[in-house]
Amino acid sequence: MTATPIPTTYRRPLRQRLAVTLEPWLYCAPVLILITSVMLVPLILGVSYAFRDIQLLNPFSGGFVGLEHFKALGQDDAFLRALRNTLWWTGASVFFQLAFGLILALLLNVPFTGRGLAQALVFLPWAVPTFLAGLNWAWLFNPVIGPIPHWLAALGLMDEPSNILADPSIAMWGPILAATWWGIPFFAITLLAALQSIPKDLYEAASIDGASPIQRFFSITLPYLAPVIAITVLLRTVWVANFADLIIVMTNGGPADRTQTVASYIFTQAFKRLDFGYASAVALVLLALLLAYSMVILVFRQKLSNRDK
Amino acid sequence: MATMEIRSASKNYGTIRVLDDINLDIGDGEFIVLVGPSGCGKSTLLRMIAGLEEITGGEIRIDDKVMNALPPKARDIAMVFQSYALYPHMSVADNMSYSLRLRKTDKPTIAEKVGAASAKLGLDALLERKPKALSGGQRQRVAMGRAIVRQPKAFLFDEPLSNLDARLREHMRAEIRKLHRELGATSIYVTHDQVEAMTLADRIVAMHGGHIQQVGTPLELYDRPANLFVAGFIGSPGMNFLKGDIADRSLHLRDGRTVALPAEMPATMGEATLGIRPEHVVLSPAGEAGLETTVDLVEPTGHGIILHLTLAGTVFKVLTHDRRWLEPGSSVGVSFPAEALHLFNAEGVRV
Amino acid sequence: MTATRLFGTLAHRAAILCFIAFALFPLYWLLKVSVTPNDLLYSEGVRMWPSRTTLDHFRFVLANSEFPRFFANSLIVSGTTALISTALAALMGYALSRFQFRGKLWLAGLLLVTQMFPLVMLVAPIFKILSPLGLTNSLTGLVIVYTAFNVPFASFLMQGFFDGIPSDLEQAAMIDGADRFTAFRHIILPLALPGVAATLGFVFTAAWSEMIFALMLISGSEKATFPVGLLTFVSKFSVDYGQMMAAGVLALIPACLFFLLIQRYLVQGMTAGAVKG
Ligand SMILES: Nc1ncnc2c1ncn2[C@@H]1O[C@H](COP(=O)(O)OP(=O)(O)OP(=O)(O)O)[C@@H](O)[C@H]1O
Ligand SMILES: [Mg+2]
Repeated sequence: MTATPIPTTYRRPLRQRLAVTLEPWLYCAPVLILITSVMLVPLILGVSYAFRDIQLLNPFSGGFVGLEHFKALGQDDAFLRALRNTLWWTGASVFFQLAFGLILALLLNVPFTGRGLAQALVFLPWAVPTFLAGLNWAWLFNPVIGPIPHWLAALGLMDEPSNILADPSIAMWGPILAATWWGIPFFAITLLAALQSIPKDLYEAASIDGASPIQRFFSITLPYLAPVIAITVLLRTVWVANFADLIIVMTNGGPADRTQTVASYIFTQAFKRLDFGYASAVALVLLALLLAYSMVILVFRQKLSNRDK
Repeated sequence: MATMEIRSASKNYGTIRVLDDINLDIGDGEFIVLVGPSGCGKSTLLRMIAGLEEITGGEIRIDDKVMNALPPKARDIAMVFQSYALYPHMSVADNMSYSLRLRKTDKPTIAEKVGAASAKLGLDALLERKPKALSGGQRQRVAMGRAIVRQPKAFLFDEPLSNLDARLREHMRAEIRKLHRELGATSIYVTHDQVEAMTLADRIVAMHGGHIQQVGTPLELYDRPANLFVAGFIGSPGMNFLKGDIADRSLHLRDGRTVALPAEMPATMGEATLGIRPEHVVLSPAGEAGLETTVDLVEPTGHGIILHLTLAGTVFKVLTHDRRWLEPGSSVGVSFPAEALHLFNAEGVRV
Repeated sequence: MTATRLFGTLAHRAAILCFIAFALFPLYWLLKVSVTPNDLLYSEGVRMWPSRTTLDHFRFVLANSEFPRFFANSLIVSGTTALISTALAALMGYALSRFQFRGKLWLAGLLLVTQMFPLVMLVAPIFKILSPLGLTNSLTGLVIVYTAFNVPFASFLMQGFFDGIPSDLEQAAMIDGADRFTAFRHIILPLALPGVAATLGFVFTAAWSEMIFALMLISGSEKATFPVGLLTFVSKFSVDYGQMMAAGVLALIPACLFFLLIQRYLVQGMTAGAVKG
């Protein structure tokens, strides 16, 4: 007991040290392998397709074409229109989702009898499969079986009941309305969660200090929500810009390409024309734009928070 | 039953060293209490012994076997957590038998052992309940029961009583003492609580800043604290300290007055600190004996009175049963019996 | 004072009712048309409820169409995806919650990035990869793809639920003689059951809705999932509105069931998973 030499630094046997280091990776391995093979490898492959001529039905395709696709893109009016449409579609959808989502979250943050039920009902659209949401709204806009054209006509907004989705000048409102309907719950849920994490005593302190409800909203609620709103809007913008389901189901880009967004254009190129090379080039441009957008937002936020200090 | 040896054990979190050069020998059946201020590394040391934290340097042996590389399950140690850590989805009986079931003990043996432990702890009526349906004290008992059913080599306790109210704590303290006498198992017990440490321990290990400051029986630590930290930490209210210079066999206080030192203390040594426990100070009417000062504050505790005085610019506390000086502002003389004085050098080490 | 308060309360309830009406109306309309007899469909266009109702459309869809098969295919794909994703996400989330290791931040970042880039980008390459493996036009292929897409978010969700379980519990189990994985199975998983249910629901709903990859990877009606079947049906028989909507109601059922199951955890799950991740 007395004569044991004192080791200064004890080293575990190599095998055990390896086991300790590897343990967390064992838990991560399945996910990591899956993500790498189903998302990362295809991503890299997709980037390479952008510079190759890949057409599914043409067995002689596959060669490198350099920047051909991108040159073609510059001349592609449909693509340029899709870019403009994406801006419009994304901006309007996110704006309405945020605005109504915020209102809904504030309404649900007030305790009342039946709140649980109300919450379940208003969040229900979120569970509706997107293809069904698209079809459902397309049918609502259809003058044959849907009520909306008739209502609009009755209100005098339309000369006669006709399909919004068939009118090039206003067709985009269809998918935007459907996206808003479908996306409000997401914002409401996220913002409600954030609202419920605001410490109650802050409000109590403020009302003891004599702040009116409106003052409390601007001095406590909004500052608390701002970071959550910022990050949610950032993520959601990227997501909506990539989201093609509703447009594909409701209008398939028509009429006259008026509702074609970049995301639905990629799908059309890949699915209908089987031109994977060109589709990948468009996708790469979209990715670059979204990255640039995220960067700008992040830098902007950094600047703002630096100024606060 | 086990002996334990800790040899130059150290622990780093990243580059921060939270435990340094810990050496400790624990005898078979000994009850060791680790005390020290928050953040000094008590829990970390306990968890290193249990195998929940890796040991950065040095080694820990149980029964002469190096434990460093072994997982907790191979160490045969039981631990009672501050939070009790009862499994919420298991009944009391299942909580207690979990370790036995993991060891594939047969059913009759499990029933017998759980029965014995629950009888010892008075848990018989609660065996089918879920932890949610228990009071704090009952949960604490279940945690103890879970530890004792499998008769481990050693028990580790991490502040097991700190979530209980004062009365229950006192009661459980006695229970733990009794259990230890019955089971005789080697135990290491972490606490903040002075009284727990003094009443439970065979030996106390006082820790501070990741180092062991002193190891000894409770009375050794009380009577002969090795340094200023231990002197101030053990005892309540804490020891009084008077700073000054020693010359001509007396301590020259900062305010110019002097305290005569007993013969066995050094006659001259320069800067030093003199310590005296509040309960050892002798009070006398002003002018009769000792250093004169005034009472600033009176704290009656029931079984005594704590007087706050000012001496040489610092707060000086006296614990007395004498009710003559209850009036704040009254003058008293304080004097120090020679055998109650503790002397520390400029580095804070006992002389 | 009381008058304004009363007015405020009324306005609040009215606003909630508006939201509920907006949320439910399209689904109500779907249901209404699905039970309207064909002969009334055009004559009673915008009536809120038809003067006669019928279950003929449902009968037709269930007996004479391929929808039961689409439904079964979707159920198989979504169910399997939900099970596998949740199992993998539980492991991953556990590692993120309990281990400190080099590369963890990097790993979480990788998961996050997979949630950011356009999935449409992967349509072509995934088709190219799966086709020689015989995984196009196969439910297995869909399950693999959907699992990969859903597992990152599911992992963050599970991590959030695990973070809420004190690590004392598994340490107590390890001291009681369990190794880490046993402690995970015996102690942590049972306690995270609500989280597991929520994650199952999230993934099931997401897989049930997926359309783009299903359209791309599946051809022919043998292996078609519900969205593929429904869209094919719509483009082929675009006048049988009653039948289409009956099929739509069918597609709604499982998603809504799962939603009701998980909606209790929605707000809490979002706090735990999404905001953190
Ligand atoms: N996981 C960790 N990472 C980094 N530092 C840690 C970690 N755990 C503990 N520490 C640090 O190690 C030191 C010792 O912690 P420990 O929990 O052992 O203190 P303690 O003596 O038990 O305190 P208390 O009485 O408050 O429980 C503290 O300074 C703490 O901040
Ligand atoms: Mg501690």
